Amino acid sequence: MENKETIISVRGLKKDFENLPVLKGIDIDIYKGDVVCVIGASGSGKSTFLRCLNLLEIPTAGSIFFEGEDLTNENVDLNLHRQKMGMVFQQFNLFPHLTILDNMTLAPTLVKKVPKEQAEAKAMELLARVGLADRAESYPNQLSGGQKQRIAIVRALCMEPDVMLFDEPTSALDPEMVGEVLDVMKELAKDGMTMVVVTHEMGFAREVSNRVMFLDDGVVAEEGTPAEIFGAPKCERLQAFLAKVL
Amino acid sequence: MSWFDKLAETFLEDDRYLWMVDGLKITVIITLGALVIGVLIGALIAITKYFCEGNKKLRFLNWICDLYTTVIRGIPVTVLLLVFFFVIFASARDGVPVAIVAFGINSGAYMAELIRSGINAVDKGQMEAARSLGLSKGQAMAKVIFPQAIKNILPAIGNECIALLKETSVAGYVAVVDVTKAATNIRNKTGDAINPIIFLALVYLVIVVIMTRLLTILERRLQKSDGK
Repeated sequence: MENKETIISVRGLKKDFENLPVLKGIDIDIYKGDVVCVIGASGSGKSTFLRCLNLLEIPTAGSIFFEGEDLTNENVDLNLHRQKMGMVFQQFNLFPHLTILDNMTLAPTLVKKVPKEQAEAKAMELLARVGLADRAESYPNQLSGGQKQRIAIVRALCMEPDVMLFDEPTSALDPEMVGEVLDVMKELAKDGMTMVVVTHEMGFAREVSNRVMFLDDGVVAEEGTPAEIFGAPKCERLQAFLAKVL
Repeated sequence: MSWFDKLAETFLEDDRYLWMVDGLKITVIITLGALVIGVLIGALIAITKYFCEGNKKLRFLNWICDLYTTVIRGIPVTVLLLVFFFVIFASARDGVPVAIVAFGINSGAYMAELIRSGINAVDKGQMEAARSLGLSKGQAMAKVIFPQAIKNILPAIGNECIALLKETSVAGYVAVVDVTKAATNIRNKTGDAINPIIFLALVYLVIVVIMTRLLTILERRLQKSDGK
């Protein structure tokens, strides 16, 4: 933990859905190279928290500082910052009308104006890394869930993001496909990517993350290293939660 | 005189079959022209409404779109055609451009609803994924949402095309000699009341069957990406 460069700062984050408070004031700093796992029961606000980080949900109150800029400021160029925050969704959200290669090169060529050949070369290199180079010309619906999610990850990586957000990336997968996706994520963590992962995979949280956040009822009920969270949980709600999931 | 001789006399004398051919050309021109206008207006309205949603500053645009669809869908297309020819473009001598505009504006209202339903049917995650990659709302619409929306509603658009083709048969009201008017002219000239009408019906039927075929081929081609 010698490297302490802050990449995301969340301050007083609140989010209501039609007067129903989901996030009730969250403060946290995420540092470069962190792999933060966000755990908690369903309805605790994990996904909402993650979606607030790149403003897919507009916070009701509070600030999100990303690389020093407050994203909740109306004058901020959100599209510019989102390029640097890759996101992977539970439902993959690949573009079904485009081939895998086009899925991956769309944003780089359109948004960053990367020349097509260069974008394709980069995409092919990433595809090779996840063992799917032979599927470049396939369409998403021709792939298995695990393959789709691996593509979704490398699609986000094509934009060369500074941080990757994962919203329950393995929850929609058949059990036998969870491993292949987690392997890609582990690989990514090993390469030093800053990651925020909402997950139910406690094994992954314990093994790969350096910090675990336990969200309960819209607040960070406990935060610490995996050893602290899983080895010596302090708050009762966390103890009860872990008793249920482990 | 046998039926066959009668038929030959009706259509071949003075090369009257050419009247039908010329009329058919006009019918096709009006249909295609109106289709282009209809799709453009429909897409414009559907996309405008999409972007207006939840934006208080643009509420008046939404209101204009609603007014358009309400007015157009509330008026029979024949009446609309008459309004355009005798009121709005009262000085127009050629009815064909007026008919193209009138049918196009009429079709636009229906296309708008179609395209809007197509856009709404695209999974919300598609927009989120596109935005998370840094695409602007407009880029996401153009490259991700709209292509999928069109694919979803292609069969319905095909139906709208067929309806449009058949609706143009009232173009004769504004002195346009489309294929229906041509058949009527042949009837009046020859006194043969039956054959031109039967033949006219067959012409429409054949065109619709051809359109349906083409649409099926197109759909199948687009479905390739569904991996089916």
